[in-house]
Amino acid sequence: MTVVIDRKAASESSRHPESAAARLRTRSAAGGLYKPRAPIYPKLVSGRWRTTKWLLLIVTLGIYYITPWIRWERPGALPDQAVLVDFAGRRFYFFFIQLWPQEVHFITGLLVIAALALFLATALFGRLWCGYACPQTVWTDLYIHVERLFEGDRNARMKLDAAPWSFDKAWRKIGKHAVWLGVAFGTGGAWIFYFHDAPTLIRTFWIGQAPATAYVFCALLTATTYVFAGTMREQVCTYMCPWPRIQGAMLDQHSLQVTYRRDRGEPRGAHKKGASWDGRGDCVDCQQCVTACPMGIDIRDGSQLECINCALCIDACDEIMLRVGRPAGLIAFDTDAAVTAREAKQAPVYKLARGRTVYYAASLAAVSGLMLWGLTHRSLIDLHVLRDRNPTFVTLHDGAIRNGYTLKIANRTFEPRPMEIRFAGPAGVQLKTPGEPTATQVLKVDIPPNEVRAVRVFVTAPRSSVKAANMPARFDVRAGEARTQVATTFLSGAANP
Amino acid sequence: MSNRETDQHSGVETTGHEWDGIKELDNPLPRWWLYVFYGSIVVAVVYWVLMPAWPGVHGYTKGLLGQSDRAEVGRQLAALQAQRGAEAAKLKSVSLEEIERDPQLQAYALAAGQSIFGDNCATCHGVGGAGSKGYPNLRDDVWLWGGSLEDIRHTIEVGVRSDNPHARFSQMPAFGRDQMLQPAQIADLTEYVLVLSHRPADRAAVARAAPVFAEQCAACHGPQGLGDRTKGAPNLTDAEWLYGSAREDINGQIANGRGGVMPTWSSRFTPETIKALAVYIHANAAGQ
Repeated sequence: MTVVIDRKAASESSRHPESAAARLRTRSAAGGLYKPRAPIYPKLVSGRWRTTKWLLLIVTLGIYYITPWIRWERPGALPDQAVLVDFAGRRFYFFFIQLWPQEVHFITGLLVIAALALFLATALFGRLWCGYACPQTVWTDLYIHVERLFEGDRNARMKLDAAPWSFDKAWRKIGKHAVWLGVAFGTGGAWIFYFHDAPTLIRTFWIGQAPATAYVFCALLTATTYVFAGTMREQVCTYMCPWPRIQGAMLDQHSLQVTYRRDRGEPRGAHKKGASWDGRGDCVDCQQCVTACPMGIDIRDGSQLECINCALCIDACDEIMLRVGRPAGLIAFDTDAAVTAREAKQAPVYKLARGRTVYYAASLAAVSGLMLWGLTHRSLIDLHVLRDRNPTFVTLHDGAIRNGYTLKIANRTFEPRPMEIRFAGPAGVQLKTPGEPTATQVLKVDIPPNEVRAVRVFVTAPRSSVKAANMPARFDVRAGEARTQVATTFLSGAANP
Repeated sequence: MSNRETDQHSGVETTGHEWDGIKELDNPLPRWWLYVFYGSIVVAVVYWVLMPAWPGVHGYTKGLLGQSDRAEVGRQLAALQAQRGAEAAKLKSVSLEEIERDPQLQAYALAAGQSIFGDNCATCHGVGGAGSKGYPNLRDDVWLWGGSLEDIRHTIEVGVRSDNPHARFSQMPAFGRDQMLQPAQIADLTEYVLVLSHRPADRAAVARAAPVFAEQCAACHGPQGLGDRTKGAPNLTDAEWLYGSAREDINGQIANGRGGVMPTWSSRFTPETIKALAVYIHANAAGQ
């Protein structure tokens, strides 16, 4: 299935609409109403982009496998793992940052930043994420590399698949799948280290004492890695991933993408050595860009849904151009606008600052700034005040009014903190918590390190100071220098003195 | 009927369906999609064999794994009971004051107490324990039978005017209904009680009622009307009125001498449960 977005694609004339009957015949020949996957045998290329892809593969996989093993000293019985999503302890650790479940908005902010960065990068340079950093791309690349080790490059693989079963074919296939499964298990195995203490888990995992979720997720990721990177590959991008559909909204004619410069290449055709280049394009129709493509498309058809912008066709084409003695860059990172301009014999204009790139960049800066501000101004004491709703207030024997509150006080530091609770509202209030024998003006409670405690506080105001049915009030919690205030109300019904 | 044709751009046949000029291409589904469909059927059949699935006339197919949500709930309840057993055992041996002082025991007692209160006490005393006319407010600092931990525990245990032989018992006479006093005397007494609680009243009536109060009421409510815990007689000088503070409410109470009944809970609850309940009520009440 090739959906051409660019209607001016050069090869349009080469397609002939089929009759319904002819189409039905081809369908029956191809296996009825369902389309089998056409195997793709990408050829290994070498060049600038292939090298970049290898480097990024090593870097991204390196980060993925090594991160859980980085240690970070934390006091007491707290985990010493630098990056840890601790579901059991309900904490997220990231080096010097420790987030509580209530602070999940930081994760949301991070995801918003990631999305905006993706939008910006796509609007500027096309689907760089898809071509270089997406796990699907990285693992598929790794799997194809393994495949190449066992079965050879494109031609050898095609020959092997077409050949009848033999010992040679069998050991190559079995070896390939065995290594694939090993890589898949390594992937699933590394994933679970992000959720448990890695050195402990690696021991308990093998003796069957790890949590059930560790085995389930290890198996799940082993299976998805093996299936997606091994057998489904480009079908995941084309059929399953929503991003190729969304990208159309980010790209415009000024986005730099992997582009076949048809202004230079057409008319294409085979070229004899020594023949003149006059009156013809630079494309020698050698099909090297097609054989190198891991998505199985022809970049010369224009920008397409399937294209992941990996630029391997650029490497393939540059090598040929060098060999036939023409300048490199027949396929290059270029814009549709530039190609159209050159076709019309005009100077191409490149515009990086466009409406969409400006507002993507501006929102990215705004959200990042907000996140940074939030992280640096994060309070280490957290206070939530819940008013009693039933009863809203109680009248005591002398007419004094008592309101009940539940204070949820979180101590986000690693030391025990004695905290002082004060109440500002009606004059002369007394505070009391169950278990304390007497009421006081300043209530002292100890909140253990890294914990949240619910403290019941009863506030009694003398009759004379209750001036209205609903009086604004404030709880003030202090621990040394740190201080938090939360506004609330003091209710007394229709109590008018 | 639909009009199938071949699309000019892609060379693919359309389904013949058209919406505002947009035509649907009849591209074939990928083959693996079909396999997923077959796989789902296989999973469904395996599920029928392993899990409860098909209804029959006298029941349903149980499945080989013996999975039963009802049994699972039973297991979880038993586990919960076992866990509670350990905490409740601690409640048995320690005093009420110790429960209130120990943060962990207090938290357990408060949680357990709140749940028991909601199921059993809220019907009369209200979910928040604030009571209503005729049903005492358990949140304030006015206690007919005492508001200390032990007093509360004892009241829950034996009840008030209940069928427990040790029940808290008091009975205010129905001065009007039983014709012990004339309506005019009751009206005078009402004025007297209003004065006791520092409110404006008819001075002449108050003077007439003073000897009647001393003769009829002071025995229980005390000469100053301060009440008596041991007899369950309410304090008439404070702002808290079980049957209402208005003139007609007080008049009606003197005439009819109402008194509510609280059941004895010792036959329904274990001593630990009553302890938890007492701690919960005491923690949420003011004073004492």
